[in-house]
Amino acid sequence: MTPKDSDRDPKELYQERVERIADTVALKETDRVPYIYLTRFWNAKLADMTSKDTMYDVEKSISSNRKAIELLQPDAFGAANYAYGQALEKLDYHPLEWPGGGAADDVCFQYIDKELMVPDEYDEYLFDPTAFYLQKYLPRIATGFEGLKHFPNFPTLSEWNIIYNLRAFANPELQESFKTLMEVGEMVDHSMTKMTEFIKEMMEAGYPMAIGGFCKAPYDHIVDFLRGSKGGMLDMFRHKDKLLETIDKARLLLNTNVVEGAKLVGCPYVFIPLHWGLDGFMSPDQFNEFYWPSLRQTIHDLIDAEMTPVILWEGDCTTRLEFIGDIPPGKAIYWFERTDLHTTKDVLGDVVCLRGNVPPSLLNTGTVDEVNAYCKDLIEYVGKGGGFILDGAASITDEAPIENVVAMAESVRKYANK
Amino acid sequence: MSNEKHEKLVNLIADMEEDEALTLTQELIDEGAEPTAILDICRAAMDIVGQRFEDNEYFVPELILAGEVLDQMSAMVKPLIADTTDEEDKVDSGMVLIGTVHGDLHDIGKNIVTFMLDVNGYNVIDLGVDVSPQAFIDAIKEKSPEIVGLSGFLTLAFDSMKETVEAISEAGLREEVKIMIGGGQVDEQILNYTGADSFGLNAMSAVNQCKEWIGEAA
Repeated sequence: MTPKDSDRDPKELYQERVERIADTVALKETDRVPYIYLTRFWNAKLADMTSKDTMYDVEKSISSNRKAIELLQPDAFGAANYAYGQALEKLDYHPLEWPGGGAADDVCFQYIDKELMVPDEYDEYLFDPTAFYLQKYLPRIATGFEGLKHFPNFPTLSEWNIIYNLRAFANPELQESFKTLMEVGEMVDHSMTKMTEFIKEMMEAGYPMAIGGFCKAPYDHIVDFLRGSKGGMLDMFRHKDKLLETIDKARLLLNTNVVEGAKLVGCPYVFIPLHWGLDGFMSPDQFNEFYWPSLRQTIHDLIDAEMTPVILWEGDCTTRLEFIGDIPPGKAIYWFERTDLHTTKDVLGDVVCLRGNVPPSLLNTGTVDEVNAYCKDLIEYVGKGGGFILDGAASITDEAPIENVVAMAESVRKYANK
Repeated sequence: MSNEKHEKLVNLIADMEEDEALTLTQELIDEGAEPTAILDICRAAMDIVGQRFEDNEYFVPELILAGEVLDQMSAMVKPLIADTTDEEDKVDSGMVLIGTVHGDLHDIGKNIVTFMLDVNGYNVIDLGVDVSPQAFIDAIKEKSPEIVGLSGFLTLAFDSMKETVEAISEAGLREEVKIMIGGGQVDEQILNYTGADSFGLNAMSAVNQCKEWIGEAA
């Protein structure tokens, strides 16, 4: 790479990179545009492994992650942390097909869009989300959770009823679930421990973390995990009040959880990929009624908790630009997938740090020269005056040729944002 | 549309008034309305819905709801129809073969395109998701469609689409069909990469492309 950072003191580099990104978020001009590295399985391609290899062997996952980060020398990284193949298998987890678990060995995992909560269950969720999750939702998404349907409803119990209801723990199905979950817990702990050690190693080598927490837009949470895409869209007409009430409830639950998690990790960047609010998937009126108010509140709440929301606006969100600038300036990152960043810079450049958006089509099928030209244009126009982070449109695609990804990572050192 | 109630039903469907539309449908059936007249009403309503979608007044949720209303109306009307199937009605219509390409399991976009082509009178054969090139070839040989639609959401679909187009060519069938592609990440660059004939960003562009290639369906 040109020029190499590898001879410099890692601590100094780490601090410099942290500040470069923080200043960029704060819309200040920096020495150059930062580049953040994130992928799902491109690291596997780089290391001549299959996606399955990195899902079933945490050491392979780590060595391929290390290879990618050392090659690209990003200003921050998100580890591709998916070495949970055995855990998913043991759990018999239904909402996902993954390499080695229903999908081919060399592809990305895929979520199965399905209705997992029927409209009549909104009230149950609203009354007691924990009971609904334990006794209804979790048993529907994995065989390993099925016994939880016998879990006692403790908040309804008192005095001797607490003791009597402990009989549930003699239920063979509940016991079986506990045994499965203990085994799965060990598997997840093993991978996460190794991955945490690796992340620490990378931080000591000078690379800051790019993601400290993960959250969903409240509407997406309902649609992705509970109602399914069709149910979520129909509920805007058929169960409007319940949907809005559930969105509010989910928002409160999600925010509490994510802030605690990110503080524990010590990284303020909370990643929120958006799924159902983009152009075409709902009208501007629906966006302003069902999607944006709760997401905007989430953004404000995270900023109040000293977090930096990183919102990935998937798809094309051109018609949303006029609404979504209503957030505290210089406190968040808006990452756009297909929305034109020139237009976005003109509309939102004074409000929010922009990120993106080298298209997957270009990364996967273009030439190095084409990638260079595209990055140069982004750096010079969107990066002008600060407030821009270079990235793929939706991270680095798994299939992208190595030379194209290297060209993209190097471009921030090659082209000036002035 | 001469009958006042028929006109009202067209508007109720087009305005997303599901409950009222279904109530009026039942009323018309009870009054002895011809089932074919009710299906004509559905067609007229969907013309309006499609136009509003094209005008950016309606979006995917309205298409999904309209589809639900039409399904329910068809279910109410079908028992009254003698055994002349939709397929026979559509024999002379343009035929479109559609599927999500190999390796990709996403079907939301494909289903919406299928629905919109269907309500616009095209005879759509949906091969489902994760469809291999050979399955497309077999279906082309068996059904002789005019158009093949390749759908894909993941970036791996770029290569699957390219392989499918190439396989169709190698099977000597490329001149027999027009090929359109669509889905999350597809753009002009991917159109050139795959060797397909056209790409689209939404369901109406698929309908319009079919109209351009083979005309209005019967």
